[in-house]
Amino acid sequence: MLRFIARRLLQVIPVLFVIITATFFMVRFVPGGPFTAEKAVPPEILRNLEAHYGLDQPLWRQYLNYLGRVVRGDLGPSFKYSNRSVNEIIADKLPVSLELGATALAVALVLGLGLGVLAAVRRNRWPDYLASSVGMLGICVPTFVMGPLLVLFFAIRLGWLNASGWYTLPDRILPALTLGFVYAAYIMRLTRGGMLEVLNQDYIRTARAKGASEVRIVLRHALRGGLLPVVAFLGPGIAGILTGSFVIETIFQIPGLGREFVNSAFNRDYTLVLGTVILYAGLIIGLNLVVDVVQVWLNPKLKFE
Amino acid sequence: MNPAPAPSVPLPAPVAAEPPSSLWRDAWHRLRQNRLAVAGGAVLAVLGLLCVFGPFFLSYSYQEQNLDLGATPPSAAHWLGTDTLGRDLLVRLLYGGRISLGVGLCATIVALTIGVVYGAIAGYVGGKTDAVMMRIVDIMYALPFTIFVILLMVFLGRNIVLLFVAIGAVEWLTMARIVRGQIMTLKKMEFIEAARSLGLGNRRIIFRHLLPNALGPIIVYTTLTIPAVMLLEAFLSFLGLGVQPPMSSWGTLIKDGAEKMEEFPWLLQFPGVVFSLTLFSLNFLGDGLRDALDVRASKD
Repeated sequence: MLRFIARRLLQVIPVLFVIITATFFMVRFVPGGPFTAEKAVPPEILRNLEAHYGLDQPLWRQYLNYLGRVVRGDLGPSFKYSNRSVNEIIADKLPVSLELGATALAVALVLGLGLGVLAAVRRNRWPDYLASSVGMLGICVPTFVMGPLLVLFFAIRLGWLNASGWYTLPDRILPALTLGFVYAAYIMRLTRGGMLEVLNQDYIRTARAKGASEVRIVLRHALRGGLLPVVAFLGPGIAGILTGSFVIETIFQIPGLGREFVNSAFNRDYTLVLGTVILYAGLIIGLNLVVDVVQVWLNPKLKFE
Repeated sequence: MNPAPAPSVPLPAPVAAEPPSSLWRDAWHRLRQNRLAVAGGAVLAVLGLLCVFGPFFLSYSYQEQNLDLGATPPSAAHWLGTDTLGRDLLVRLLYGGRISLGVGLCATIVALTIGVVYGAIAGYVGGKTDAVMMRIVDIMYALPFTIFVILLMVFLGRNIVLLFVAIGAVEWLTMARIVRGQIMTLKKMEFIEAARSLGLGNRRIIFRHLLPNALGPIIVYTTLTIPAVMLLEAFLSFLGLGVQPPMSSWGTLIKDGAEKMEEFPWLLQFPGVVFSLTLFSLNFLGDGLRDALDVRASKD
């Protein structure tokens, strides 16, 4: 187990290295720079600015400098927010995005698992049809349609919640629901499928024969099998929730890292773009590793290869 | 269809008078039984025809402004109303459909080509090559690709060809896995041995003999890739990174509508409903095809 984790962690290093290198050069080889958008800056000031940020050095030099700094955990200064470092900006904005993502994930798991179990246990009866319709709805109505429609109904028509912002606890409800609903739909379908497969197996019949209660059979024995495809989906699911929050943060005007990333790309804020890409890549790869470990823990048949 | 060597002995005459039923005929029969899939196919056909031919029959153009009129709710003159610049929403929706469906198809073709060729090579060659190629796919699965597409669109300008190349380059992974799996099983079968003993080259075996027999799963996952691709296009357009004005895709219409939904809710409702309906239809048709062709491979 430990060897498996260690080997996977070692694999992360070259992958991150390739990502950093590719992003670094992609960002640099395109027209426009962080200071081109500003009002016509006199050439000598531009030169000073570039010297200040080390942009006057040869590219390979800048690249090596950057790598050296990243290894020490310093993502450099932001080009657009003067006097702020990328580390500070991330420390400021990431918690918001993580809170949104975690809440959405919780919504997805509770709603998805609940509906999935219900649909499997009451197969081909109305709870199943209801849950399956909800599942199809979540997959076919994208977040950027669902979000505005929820706002239109709950915030504007009914006036129960704020249409945007991130100040009070109720402000979390609509964004988390919008973001989580899609993944709830996937999880519901996977849970239902996984449970149906397991419910027909011999060991469930054995449990029934031993007189275990129906609740115990479903929750103790069948759910474990039903969880496997769900856990496998969580890897791509978490990546989707993290990137999906770009749109959610735009719709609900949430001051998170997703919106910051899109803006930084528009602004050609090189260091901020690179910093967020590295962070997201690291997060997603790390969470995928956790998912893999949990998967094997749930199903010892999958050996660590 | 199966390129099996021609038998030298004459086949016995068929006993029953039943018409011969091929895999495809069976599949077609099963598909027609599935009401949701048929409905999905019909909706798609109607939508496609409307988007392609509809604008010719309407008296407005998609960029014709009428500032005096402004945004009006649906009426006899403008069936779906007008936007804030007085442009007819129905025409814009149909034009947007051309772009959204067009990008969906083109990007899917890109994804299909990369995925099929990559998967076929990995599956056919096998061994170390296969292990390395599939390891790369595994690693790429774990990468935040949406982020790279966003970067590409921001930095390399927002042109529409780049858009579908970028999307296609992201969505080929599942297709590669599926094709590889198919090829691995097929290449051990006797007709391939026969083809090899006839001295056919590798390329001919892959493209003429192996791939045609893997067509079922390829068709199914193509149908399921189109909605994923259209979703990504709309996602980018919603962030302002996809199709640029005055052109409109369904994604940009939804974005504009979402900004003005308080006063003019129809600007969000109609594009949202049409887009969701398309995704519904594609998913139902894809699920129906999967059941009809009896493709049993895990989806993700």
